[in-house]
Amino acid sequence: MGLELKNLYDDFRDADTIKAYAKIIATDAQKLSHPINIMEVCGGHTHTIMKYGVLQLLPSNIHFVHGPGCPVCIMPKERIDHAYVLSMQENVILVTLGDMIKVPGSNGSLQDARSKGADVRFVYSPLDCLKIAQENPDKTVIFFAIGFETTTPMTAALLDTVIKQDVKNILLHVNHVTVPEPMRALISDEACIIDAFLGPSHVSVISGSKIYEEFPRDWHKPVVVSGFEPVDVMQSISMIVKQFIENRCELEVEYKRAVTREGNLKAQALNDTYFHKVDFRWRGLGDIPQSGMGLREEYDRYNAEKIYDAILPKEEIDDHKLCICGDILKGKASPPQCSIFGTACKPTSPIGSCMVSSEGACSAYYKYGNLV
Amino acid sequence: MCLSIPSKVVSIDTENNIATVDTMGIQRNAGLDLMEEGSVQIGDYVLLHIGFIMNKIDEEDALESLKVYREILDTMDEQDRLAAIAESDNCPNGGA
Repeated sequence: MGLELKNLYDDFRDADTIKAYAKIIATDAQKLSHPINIMEVCGGHTHTIMKYGVLQLLPSNIHFVHGPGCPVCIMPKERIDHAYVLSMQENVILVTLGDMIKVPGSNGSLQDARSKGADVRFVYSPLDCLKIAQENPDKTVIFFAIGFETTTPMTAALLDTVIKQDVKNILLHVNHVTVPEPMRALISDEACIIDAFLGPSHVSVISGSKIYEEFPRDWHKPVVVSGFEPVDVMQSISMIVKQFIENRCELEVEYKRAVTREGNLKAQALNDTYFHKVDFRWRGLGDIPQSGMGLREEYDRYNAEKIYDAILPKEEIDDHKLCICGDILKGKASPPQCSIFGTACKPTSPIGSCMVSSEGACSAYYKYGNLV
Repeated sequence: MCLSIPSKVVSIDTENNIATVDTMGIQRNAGLDLMEEGSVQIGDYVLLHIGFIMNKIDEEDALESLKVYREILDTMDEQDRLAAIAESDNCPNGGA
């Protein structure tokens, strides 16, 4: 808190481009017959929108709904508890990515486990597991794999290498999820107010833009696949507004420099080799059928969830009763409307899913809050 | 943050299926596992994600994108700039 409306976009030449888009959007938006609610699915977009003050540049009839595209935020507590329990086992090194290490489960976070003596490591790439395993031949390295379609093939590539090099001491605990299923779950809810989607470009670099084709076709929701730079986001918003005033409902790709319809076929093939679709419980959204990617049964010998089944907690943990993250993700509420936002629930002591990672909507509002 | 700053391929180690890439002056290794064999050449511009090359991009687009990033990064102090470049492909959530 305490930030001023510092025009970050004034600091680079693209300010002109961004302001030009703001003007186009403002002019076009006057022709809208009703206000539109755009969901940015990905936490990376949420970050860009908040950091660069995109909301202040938009007319009052364009609203944003901050979506569930942050794999740390949507991780249910029971799975964090799995990581915690695994990390406390003798001779286990628990390895994971990013903010995952900070998120509290029922017994504490992985950081807390580390302070109690557990060997928990944060790595830049799944491939770093190979080096850790080599340096610690007497220990079992468990990779707690997280992320959307963008990250799943990297876990598949790690397993591929483990198998080819016959590495004996690496196991996986897989928590991969996919983007279209929660989008579908959100718009199936009658109370959902989303009119259009900003699709994350990185997911489509891997999976192609084809994964969004059903949304304009079957659900009448336009989708624009957007890059993460502020200019990309402004251009994408402009494309969405134009669709509405021209009565079009299409899938468009703003981030053409990296996204094709088919995506990265080699990465998709690697995913298919090792993973299959499974049900997944999302923090804030609940059970969503076929929204996860689990290891195929033939790789059970690498599956930490199967191998340590006897000691892993099975109980599902409900979200905190005062937390309204589910409503925020559906666009029914915004973070400041939550009774515990910024008081009991803060980035240093998160209660709800949207506060747990820097890419969650509540966390972004907390950080850049007085700009809104 | 998924900044996705384009990187340039400097060398290729076919035995270990790894490329050395340069991201705005910072060199590091990146796995080639997700790319078809032989599809990545020295001098190509690529996007990385958590230690892997995710795809190739046109030189023209890459240079345009690098220009924008240079302007964003010029507004940061040295330490933040190096951190932003090093972590540019590492969405803290390994995410979308």
